[in-house]
Amino acid sequence: MSVGIVGYGAYIPRRRIRLGEIAAVWGADAAAYERGLELHEKSVPGADEDTITMSVTAARRALARAGIDPLSIGAVYVGSESHPYAVKPSGTVVAEALGATPAVHCADLEFACKAGSEGMFIAAALVKSGEVTHALAVGADTSQGAPGDALEYSAAAGAAAYIFGAADLVATLDAQVSFMTDTPDFWRREYMHYPRHAGRFTGEPAYFKTTFGAARMLLEKTGLQPKDFAHAVFHQPNGKFPMRAGKQLGFTQEQLETGWLSPWLGNTYSGASPIGLTAVLDKARPGDRIFMVSYGSGAGSDGFVWTVTDRIDEVRDAAPRTRDQLDNGKMYITYGVYAKLRGKIRMGE
Amino acid sequence: MRDVAIVGIGLSRWGEVWDASLRTLWTEAALAALDDAGIDHVDSITVGSMAPGLFVGQEHLGGLLAGELGMAGVPATRVESACASGGVALRTGFAEIAAGLADIVLATGVEKMTDVSGDDCTAALAAAADAELEVFHGATFPALYAMMARAHMARWGTTREQLAMVAVKNHRHGSLNPHAQFRQQITVKDVLSSAKVADPLNILDCSPITDGAAAVVLADMETARKLAHGRPLIRIAGVGQASDHIALQSRPDMAAIPATTAAAQRAFKMAGKTPADVHVAEVHDCFTIAEIMVLEALGLCPAGEGGRQAESGRTALGGALPVNPSGGLKSKGHPVGATGVAQAVEIVTQLRGAAGKRQVANARVGLTQNMGGTGASTVVHILEVAP
Amino acid sequence: MSTLNPARTAREYPARYRLEAARCEACGAVSFPARLVCPACRGRKFAAVTLAPEGKVLTWTVVHVGPPSHKHDVPYALAVIELGGGVRVTCQIADVDPAKVEAGMAVKLEFRRIQQDGEAGVIAYGHKAVPA
Repeated sequence: MSVGIVGYGAYIPRRRIRLGEIAAVWGADAAAYERGLELHEKSVPGADEDTITMSVTAARRALARAGIDPLSIGAVYVGSESHPYAVKPSGTVVAEALGATPAVHCADLEFACKAGSEGMFIAAALVKSGEVTHALAVGADTSQGAPGDALEYSAAAGAAAYIFGAADLVATLDAQVSFMTDTPDFWRREYMHYPRHAGRFTGEPAYFKTTFGAARMLLEKTGLQPKDFAHAVFHQPNGKFPMRAGKQLGFTQEQLETGWLSPWLGNTYSGASPIGLTAVLDKARPGDRIFMVSYGSGAGSDGFVWTVTDRIDEVRDAAPRTRDQLDNGKMYITYGVYAKLRGKIRMGE
Repeated sequence: MRDVAIVGIGLSRWGEVWDASLRTLWTEAALAALDDAGIDHVDSITVGSMAPGLFVGQEHLGGLLAGELGMAGVPATRVESACASGGVALRTGFAEIAAGLADIVLATGVEKMTDVSGDDCTAALAAAADAELEVFHGATFPALYAMMARAHMARWGTTREQLAMVAVKNHRHGSLNPHAQFRQQITVKDVLSSAKVADPLNILDCSPITDGAAAVVLADMETARKLAHGRPLIRIAGVGQASDHIALQSRPDMAAIPATTAAAQRAFKMAGKTPADVHVAEVHDCFTIAEIMVLEALGLCPAGEGGRQAESGRTALGGALPVNPSGGLKSKGHPVGATGVAQAVEIVTQLRGAAGKRQVANARVGLTQNMGGTGASTVVHILEVAP
Repeated sequence: MSTLNPARTAREYPARYRLEAARCEACGAVSFPARLVCPACRGRKFAAVTLAPEGKVLTWTVVHVGPPSHKHDVPYALAVIELGGGVRVTCQIADVDPAKVEAGMAVKLEFRRIQQDGEAGVIAYGHKAVPA
């Protein structure tokens, strides 16, 4: 049975803050940060936006492309590290808003930046098992970086949603793998406001080791090589890492570019590689093969191989394209407004 | 239906009255009205109050206040119609006498607004709007009236300056009223440069937060004649009340107030009068735009001409039709439940010729218009000097 | 006293989350949210309909002094929006420079946070208008 993506959708908030704005407040060298991270600006959620609202809009866009009855959705998984409630799943609101309830299996997922691809892995497998007709997986985050910390320059907001099924696919899922070890590179303890990270330990021993681990598993499982793919999407915590990982594996700039959004988007955490994939699907041609490896600290990577079908041309324009959301209608804000929106200002009781 | 007259009027202290509670303010006004009427017994009491539960945690005002006045045992009814609570208390008292249920009624209104924070006050007032359709989304009263103002400006070309002139006029009147909360005069420039509240309304377009109570003693005409003591007899010639859907979005023309038009038509019909017969009016200027729209709705000026009334001086003291000689809600103050009764107190004062520096010459017919929310309830009374 | 009671919040989902409305079978007028009596003709029989999210601005204001629930969101645009079939809603216009709102502006309703019962209470979601 062929399983894959029936509909996809992305949501990127309109607000942006430039790295220079952040650097000026903390007395940092903006140019050095921009060069070092290969990041220029990032998305910021409005006061009325959160992981749930972005998930709903992304899911509605996936539904528009899928063209299915929401009642046929049998599972909803929302992966994030910024769920609005610590207890009460984001997924219940999404399912209710879509009109998919009550016959829905629902769970919220957390695995740092790969909680979104987690959901995709599970949703695909659930459809494959025949247990449900359609399953929705969303990766969304309104991630936080501690004031003045390196992560403050990249922590951004966005969502991507995928409806999986076994018919009317826009892309087939040809293989899925997962590589995971216990790696303390980035974490947040319960009740703590901001995450912490292990500096340079987050690089080679974490992001690269894990990403390459999943990538090799995927290439081995499929017997394919980088040149067999039209596009490759990696987790993008900054502009540099996904490019370095991709090229080290043997992918070219051209293969990596379409799904490479972080320089102008920031790191959307659970949304990162899933949103990257939506940008690829917006442009891919029928027959294109897509290589995707996510990464979540802690640490793990989910790997997927997709093949685009003819149907993508029919439904692509049923919802806004990702690049349009990234490039147009932007509203730039100052650090003061950013701090207010992100709840970083100590308010009166 | 029996004829009803107003034989006594009274106001409590008025403004930010830190040292008086709701029951104290109400009793002050009630005693003043009873003393003015020269009586110490009533058959029934009505109390208009919008949100005593939210402001001071007190419902059940009828029973409470009858007791405060030493009149426990007298039937006492609290009525509510947002900012029209006072007007409805007046109409309810009128109806009891007209129907023969009572001969003397103490009709009152009271609101104690300063025992809560500004935030809680805003939230309490917002309860007059549609909680589900409007308030949930962040609507405040200034915001709703601001949307009406914008609709009126788009439809009729009304200007910001014309709005400001209503506030300027009412402050000029208020400066002549010893009882007004704000007695300083202001200019158009002051209004336009005052702090923004909800575009296009600034703080000086908005009526203030006020503590206060007002009371009138109503009597059937026969009893009233015995209590006249040589003063002019003031008869309630006509009463009209109407409702409308409370959410502004429900109004086909958001630049009009249909409930006011309907209430006025009913009042004029009962009184056998027309708008041209009115010499003086107290209307509900909760915001400057409200006075403009109300004058049109009452038929006191043609549709679309509301903005020109204060601008031309027609509605100023000395003009052809003085409106809000007391200073209106803007300058006199707006203890919400009391306003409808306080308007009647002012008109009675005018018709008695007792208004001093703000006296409208030869006033024999007066009109009060009191409304709730964005005009979902309106009560209009027409008073005249009885022969 | 919070008005964001969980039961009330859940009761409002059909309208707030899914834009479910009711069309009067007698006269065709659409009520949103659904109600028992048609305001146009007093009919009592309705068919379930879902509103399309596209609309235009009829009148609006920019709120500079907000209610407690939206105190720190000022300035924000609040508007009466006309959706298809003449249905009107009152809601904020998000993601727009309030000074640039115009009568007749095309908007679309999008899922947003409307209010919350403090940091520990229920979050109430609904729709706001965004520039189309």
